[in-house]
Amino acid sequence: MHTDIRIETADFDVSAEWTALRARLAGRAGAVVAFAGIVRDHAGVDRVSGLYLEHYPGMTEASIEKILAKASARWELIDTVVIHRVGELAPREQIVLVLVAAAHRPDAFAACEFVMDYLKTDAVFWKKEHRPGGDAWIGATAGDRERRNGWAPDDG
Amino acid sequence: MSSATCTVVTVRFFGSLREAAGRGDVNLEVDDASISGVRARLAGLLCADGLRALSGQGVRVCVNQTIVRGDVGLRTGDEVAFLPPVTGG
Repeated sequence: MHTDIRIETADFDVSAEWTALRARLAGRAGAVVAFAGIVRDHAGVDRVSGLYLEHYPGMTEASIEKILAKASARWELIDTVVIHRVGELAPREQIVLVLVAAAHRPDAFAACEFVMDYLKTDAVFWKKEHRPGGDAWIGATAGDRERRNGWAPDDG
Repeated sequence: MSSATCTVVTVRFFGSLREAAGRGDVNLEVDDASISGVRARLAGLLCADGLRALSGQGVRVCVNQTIVRGDVGLRTGDEVAFLPPVTGG
């Protein structure tokens, strides 16, 4: 399986990543599933005005590699791309892109969801929310952990 | 037998611990080349809140990007990192 893991501050271009992936596939895949995560605009709810994401270069990429290896052990995957942004992110900005290519649709759909669920809990990132009352470092939510644990017993 | 030279390690702090420590990293010379030796040296460097944060719940210690449990020995050039619980992406 070909993997591409990038941690970047700059925004990504979904179309460019898609085109590059399709060129690599050279006809081997019958399905590509793409997930893009976007920073929600909380205006009026809890008024989070932005996020700050921090990572540990090297260790963060390794934590994502581990997630992709788990996915690859479970489904027949041909190519995976994970791009995750760090630094200051404003509402409505793109934050994460996951592309999963497989010979068949069920593998691509399931693996993309699996990778995203694990990214939300196990990937080495720290997230701070900017709120009117001050900044706050946040943890993975109970809902995120529940979704991840739903994939057990494949968690190694 | 004690070593004739100091062991020099880099200590890194992330997320809330970076803020509590007031810095992202520091190079330390330690006589006791171990995690407990690093903690002892940090006691003379960080404020009480910063030091307390390093022993907080869920804090993990890494050596050269691998999580370690308990006290382990260190060598010059090692990178020790204190990680708060990860948020995920």
